[in-house]
Amino acid sequence: MDASAAKLIGAGIACIGMGGAGIGVGLIFGNYLSGALRNPAAAGAQFTNALIGAALAEGLGIFSLVVALLLLFVS
Amino acid sequence: MANDPIHQFRIHDIAGPWNIAGYEISFTNSALFMGITVGTITLILFLATLRGGLVPSRLQSVGEMWYGLIDNMVKNILGEEGRTFFPLVFSLFSFVLIANMLGMFPYFFTVTSHVIVTASLAVFVVALVVVVGIYKHGFGWFKLFVPHGVPLAILPIISLIEFISFLSRPISLGLRLFGNMLAGHIVLKVFAGFVVSLTALGIGGILGSIAPMLMAVALTALEFLVAGLQAFVFAILTCVYLNDALHPSH
Repeated sequence: MDASAAKLIGAGIACIGMGGAGIGVGLIFGNYLSGALRNPAAAGAQFTNALIGAALAEGLGIFSLVVALLLLFVS
Repeated sequence: MANDPIHQFRIHDIAGPWNIAGYEISFTNSALFMGITVGTITLILFLATLRGGLVPSRLQSVGEMWYGLIDNMVKNILGEEGRTFFPLVFSLFSFVLIANMLGMFPYFFTVTSHVIVTASLAVFVVALVVVVGIYKHGFGWFKLFVPHGVPLAILPIISLIEFISFLSRPISLGLRLFGNMLAGHIVLKVFAGFVVSLTALGIGGILGSIAPMLMAVALTALEFLVAGLQAFVFAILTCVYLNDALHPSH
């Protein structure tokens, strides 16, 4: 296999990591929502925490995107 | 190629380059849009505070909500002594928010889609955490890396993990904003490119291009949400990191 083909395949594989971040963000907001529906009075105060958690989980997915972009565009 | 989705991120010189002290320095479109961002923030806030009425006008309430959002965030996370950092957090939030929002206009350059800009902001924030932490607590600040209540046997490993997680903060803070803006704008351009290339196929292609067109509209709305949310997240994480500088024992 020549090197550029391997790079494209590697970029594709690297993007699988974003699926994990998707699962993580979904879990955080899903659990936030189920908690919020049980106790709506406490929901507003925890929304910031939900956003922090989602941002931290999402950042790891962005890392895999950056790896893919590095493989594609950095020679 | 005009419909290359990466083309929008190209930096080109508007004036220059000038040779100053051995460095090629030029006024680029990135610098121009940073200037426009700061000008927009100044203009909005100047007009909003021009006539402070007891009953706020529409623009004045925008300014008040903008201020109140960050004021609440700083008060909730940093507490009363964190009021010193309000101007910093407000400036960072405003810059990132307006830069993201300006990037949503067609043919406008997105300043925050370049890793050098976001990484500079992030490295500045984390360097400030170290400086403020050591200034306020002396070497006691390094207790941040030694959580209490941990058994002595695994303490070295925990400290190492805490240290590495601290070192990864500037990277993750900068890359999150960069990656979100870059990925969002590429996706928008890819869907817009589908519309163009399907339309070129004739009448069937025009009918087929309705779906990507609707998708592009929906993604534009999503990108406005992401632009605001990422600015908010950047400000929140700045507060959370600064909280480590003010209250290191956790």
